[in-house]
Amino acid sequence: MNSLKIKYLKGVLIPLFFITSLSFDFLYSQEEQILAGKKLFNTHCAACHKVKKKAIGPALRGVSEKYDREWLYSWIKNSAAMIKSGDPQAVAIWEEYNRTAMNAFPQLSNVDIDNILAYADYIPPAPVVAQAAPVVSGGENAGNFNDIILIALVLVFLILTAMLILVKRTLIRIASASGVKIVSDEKPKENIPLSILNAFAKNQFLVFSSVIILMLSSGYFVYAWMMQIGIDEGYMPVQPIHYSHKIHSGANKIECKYCHSSARVSKHSGIPSLNVCMNCHKNIAEYNGEEDLENGYDKEFYTNEIKKLYAAVGWDEDNQVYTGKTQPVKWVRIHNLPDHVYFNHAQHVEVGKIECQKCHGPVEEMEIMYQYSPLTMGWCINCHRESNIDLKGNEYYTKIHEELSKKYGVEKLTVAQMGGLECGKCHY
Amino acid sequence: MKKNKKYWKSSEELKKESKILDKFKNKEFVEKLPEDIFITNKQALEDSSTSRRDFLKYVGFSTAAASIAACEGPVINSVPYVVQPDEIIPGNANYYASAIADGYDFRNILVKTREGRPIKILQNKDSLSLGESNARVLASVLSLYDSKRLKGPTTEGIEVNWDDFNQEIIEKLKNLSKRNEKVVLLTQSIPSPTTKKIINEFISKFPNVKHVVYDSISSSETLDAFESLFGIRAFADYDFSKAETIVSIDADFLADWQGGGYEGGYSKGRIPSGTKGKSSMSYHIQFESNMSLTGANADKRIPCRQEVLKKIVVEIYSKILDKGINNSIGFDELGKKASDNVLDVIKRLKKSGKKSLVVSGIQNIEIQKMILEINQKLSSDAFDIENPKIIYQGKNDQVKDLVNEVINGSIKGILTFGIDPGYTLPMGIDFVQAVQKMDLSVVFSTKENETSSGAKYVAAVPHFLESWADYEFKIGHYSLAQPTIQPLFNTKQFQDILLNWSGQNSTYYSEIKNNWEENILKGKSWNQSLHDGFYISNKKFRPSKNKKDHKYNIHNSINPVSSNFIDLVLYPKIGMGDGNQANNPWLQEFPDPITRTTWDNYLTVSSKDAKKHGFKNFNVANGGLNGSYAKIEADDKQIIAPVLIQPGQAEGTMGLAFGYGKIKGMKKEMQIGVNAYKLYENFQKTQSVKVSLHDNKYHEFACIQLQNTLMGRGDIIKETSLEIFNTKDKSYWNPIPVVSKNHIETPVNSDEVDIWDSFDRSIGHHFNMSIDLNACTGCGACIIACHSENNVPVVGKREVRKSRDMHWLRIDRYYSSEESFESDNEAVDAISGLGETLSVMDDMEKANENPEVAFQPIMCQHCNHAPCETVCPVAATSHGRQGQNHMAYNRCVGTRYCANNCPYKVRRFNWFRYNKNDEFDYNMNDDLGRMVLNPDVVVRSRGVMEKCSMCIQLTQKTILDAKLEGREIKDGDFAVACSKACGSKAIVFGDINDSKSEIKKLKDNDRAYHLLESVGTKPNVVYQTKIRNKDIS
Repeated sequence: MNSLKIKYLKGVLIPLFFITSLSFDFLYSQEEQILAGKKLFNTHCAACHKVKKKAIGPALRGVSEKYDREWLYSWIKNSAAMIKSGDPQAVAIWEEYNRTAMNAFPQLSNVDIDNILAYADYIPPAPVVAQAAPVVSGGENAGNFNDIILIALVLVFLILTAMLILVKRTLIRIASASGVKIVSDEKPKENIPLSILNAFAKNQFLVFSSVIILMLSSGYFVYAWMMQIGIDEGYMPVQPIHYSHKIHSGANKIECKYCHSSARVSKHSGIPSLNVCMNCHKNIAEYNGEEDLENGYDKEFYTNEIKKLYAAVGWDEDNQVYTGKTQPVKWVRIHNLPDHVYFNHAQHVEVGKIECQKCHGPVEEMEIMYQYSPLTMGWCINCHRESNIDLKGNEYYTKIHEELSKKYGVEKLTVAQMGGLECGKCHY
Repeated sequence: MKKNKKYWKSSEELKKESKILDKFKNKEFVEKLPEDIFITNKQALEDSSTSRRDFLKYVGFSTAAASIAACEGPVINSVPYVVQPDEIIPGNANYYASAIADGYDFRNILVKTREGRPIKILQNKDSLSLGESNARVLASVLSLYDSKRLKGPTTEGIEVNWDDFNQEIIEKLKNLSKRNEKVVLLTQSIPSPTTKKIINEFISKFPNVKHVVYDSISSSETLDAFESLFGIRAFADYDFSKAETIVSIDADFLADWQGGGYEGGYSKGRIPSGTKGKSSMSYHIQFESNMSLTGANADKRIPCRQEVLKKIVVEIYSKILDKGINNSIGFDELGKKASDNVLDVIKRLKKSGKKSLVVSGIQNIEIQKMILEINQKLSSDAFDIENPKIIYQGKNDQVKDLVNEVINGSIKGILTFGIDPGYTLPMGIDFVQAVQKMDLSVVFSTKENETSSGAKYVAAVPHFLESWADYEFKIGHYSLAQPTIQPLFNTKQFQDILLNWSGQNSTYYSEIKNNWEENILKGKSWNQSLHDGFYISNKKFRPSKNKKDHKYNIHNSINPVSSNFIDLVLYPKIGMGDGNQANNPWLQEFPDPITRTTWDNYLTVSSKDAKKHGFKNFNVANGGLNGSYAKIEADDKQIIAPVLIQPGQAEGTMGLAFGYGKIKGMKKEMQIGVNAYKLYENFQKTQSVKVSLHDNKYHEFACIQLQNTLMGRGDIIKETSLEIFNTKDKSYWNPIPVVSKNHIETPVNSDEVDIWDSFDRSIGHHFNMSIDLNACTGCGACIIACHSENNVPVVGKREVRKSRDMHWLRIDRYYSSEESFESDNEAVDAISGLGETLSVMDDMEKANENPEVAFQPIMCQHCNHAPCETVCPVAATSHGRQGQNHMAYNRCVGTRYCANNCPYKVRRFNWFRYNKNDEFDYNMNDDLGRMVLNPDVVVRSRGVMEKCSMCIQLTQKTILDAKLEGREIKDGDFAVACSKACGSKAIVFGDINDSKSEIKKLKDNDRAYHLLESVGTKPNVVYQTKIRNKDIS
């Protein structure tokens, strides 16, 4: 009986196991295929193709159905040869894309190509949108909790006060009942605040010194207020395009001087011209990185900002051509030195080898760029006093440094010792 | 020689007692603020609508308002390029080689651009010819940003588009061509091979068109002379550095004579060279009527009337070539002194032979032929006819015929380019009226002008900095001009329009390129030529050998002298030239090197003639110069011009400058002066006129000659003669002043008598500047270069008259009277004190007759012991280790103590805000004009002091470039605006801590001295003693 049962079970289980393992196998290999395809796509194809959209070349989704598989193999491996041979399909596509030749990929095997196509055709299942109740964020939660405690405390104190009043009243009642006379220790009624004022007014020294103190302290505050006039530390204007240094410089680790290239050779760091943006953004049409939902910076938001760039530079995304209709971007300048100050980026960045962050702060963490340093003269001078000059390998300094360090008896020279505190070095 | 000569800057100083002068000596700021008058005047105080209390209220309110307004900073936008051009890096300058040929100036230049805008013009020092720039060329960058420029083509004053414009004119041209009516193309001289081609093609398409070249100031007869001797219309070129004896008869070759550009060679020969004791320099004698820049530089200057000048040439000719022309040409009483000198000249010429040169600016074909023959006979090394200059091309007869035809109506169509005959012709008004009646009248111009006001069609052409062009200034010396900015307005080049009208599809640019590659470069690189801006081929001019024996009939051209008439000698000022840049405020404010007058032209009169006619010059209370008006009458014309008494002006002659009195296309402030072209009959620069006193009114001049006066410190200029220089010790002719310390005479520059602790300047750079008074011709190119480099404001005539000129660099012009040093010394030694000096100099007329002139450029001396620094209450001016005296404008509160304490008077105060201020409607008041500002130099605001910074922005840039490249700085890397602009290499700048540098050698030179050394300021600017060649052999 038992054995039969087992047998029966075996009869069911074994095929079942096989079936499941097979299907697993199948599923697993498809996933692997897609993964391998994605990798290959990113290395070989992504420069010119996108999955869903037309780029320099056509969108890849659907090509496996549109064209014969064998044709695709030979096309991808050597498109130029096919065009030359006069294959009608090949010529048609070549003409369609303005006779832009596709690179030949003889290194790709048929399996590789299959994988790429599998990746291109793969439509990921629509993500299940969790319809869960909105999560109460931690901050709000904590706030509520504090409020509750506060209310509770207030209640407790109120109860305590009420109890004390009641106790007092009871005690008085008991006292009067037992014949104890309660003597009030209050002095006869006299206006105390007024008397203090009178005494104060009579003491001239006190009046004098308090007036002085008052004046000095208000002077201090007025001075402090005046001193911040024209200092725009933390100035964070709204820019016409929401450009995130956090994404570019932080997440993607783009060198500052890739875009601000003139900082190396010129007095200005230079806001990159839009063609510099297009070096990358020709291919990056949408944002796929991390989102900051709290501030509303979701993927759609960032993608929209990229569209603003396209509008400004006159890039027709669908046809992948420049329309020639440009609209220069009017950025709001953040770091404004007064006219009478001469500042040269090349001197600091290239000669002085100062990190950009020294003055501009943690730019790679700034979602919105702001003025990090006060940019006051005291701030400049302080740095000139403290910073040593890096002279290695710069022949200009060799002789001067040798003589000066002998004169001052130091190994390393500060900017100030080199004459970096002279008025005329920055004001002309 | 203990004391130097007696110098004066203005005739005022020769008077016995001059209150004005005393005032100037004692007061830095002549005009006091009138607060005393106001406060003591009770009535005025009571009448005033502003009470003291109100005033305080306003002060309080405006302070509060200002501080509140300061809380909110303005939003500043930064707009980057959409596509940044490869060659532009914001913040870095680019330089392009180009060329200017505006019909008057023909030079190779270098254009400095920032962010795609030209901001400065420099010399193209690499070009082997015409690389020196004068004031006008350097200032021409401002004319690019002239707000009065034409914005697009107009038909009858209405702006139209180019297609309609061209279409309409082509129709008319075809029509005229069909009827075979005369049409004339009247242009400036365009020495451009490709333009000539284009014009020829245009004429072959419309054969009824005749091309006539017109120069506003004619050199026609000089060209005729060259043509009749050698076969082409050109100027012989001259290398003055190869001449030991230079004889100039009315040739202002340091200014505009034959296109100018000779100062480099001239100055080379003027610096004494050779071993000590045997130094030599060129000897220069000048015969002329007006006191010209060249005459001012001469070793000997003989003022003569115009007909005497001609006689001198004839005399020299007949003696050098041993040809008696006509012995009946004698020298009369007036020319007697000149004739004595002529004998001396002939002796010298014969002696120096190949090393001598004779030049003349007399516009007379016979005279000019003689000059050419004299130089040929002398086989002068300096005389070059292999590569003659082919800049001016105008032919008087052609132009005269044309003007007659225009006026009598036989010409039905006119096209003019680059010229303004309505302004520059004596019968300009008739001309414009005739143009108005024509079937077709087209004016190609950058600006509205007198001619364009009568023309139906006005074609807006771009400024030369926006244009392509090619030139051949000298035979075989080619130049290329390239655009340095996109056209600012809707303009098209003259050549492009002509191509369009001839029905050709190409552009001027492609025509130039094709023409060059085919005919000029012959395989050489186009890009290299464009980069250099010039190309020199081995093409040479070979004059025809068969020399005819010329017969001269000079008698006719020498007019008999009549004492009733005055020789009016019309001349171009170095600042204004022919007047095509009259709307350029830099040039208007440019002080004339000789008269030191700005914003004017005037009749220069000798003091004898002034006395005769009752003309007066006097200084009023604020120091401004006033002058009588003179009525100049010639035939049926008369002109009223102010009189300026000019020392050295030949008796019986008067001078009047071209280029003023323009009205059309000019800002109101610049519509000044009188139009001398009205008297330029028959293109003769000498006109016989009658002159008389007009009215009893006085003209107000804006001179800066009395300003910043010497204060009795005559030793500011040191000069000596070549003989003394060679024979005597330095301590004789360039002594260092001594002071007594413990009854021992100690030189002022020794540490013994120094009360200052000095910085250690031995490490790093220590900048010094050397100014060679022998090389400096006083041309003033440095003034304009400084203007454009340092954003110096233009203040206008009214302010200049009040001594409020802002030039950081001024060129002082000193007159001295005694002809020999010995007699001068005797005179000076015999007197003490200024009052007595003046009594000795009582004979003003004598002193004024023919003074010697010395020029001295003065800018901030960057004293190591600067008197200005110690008196500044806010330490706004301080000293740098590199020797520069810094000025922190934002720190200055405007006490003006520093200016009071400056012994050299080089500090300038901003009495007003000169930018964005309608009261000063010059270039800094409009967006276009501000484009010329140098972004590296701050624009100063009202109430601050400013002065020469020794172009610290340039020295800092040189240092930074070296740091970026990681190299040491070579000698010659350091340069400042004035040293770069100096065509005669008088200004040398460098680092004296570099022991091998040129400046170090100059500083240690025997001739070197500091200004007012006795003051003990230890300046960083050294001057080289002026040596005059008094060689009486």
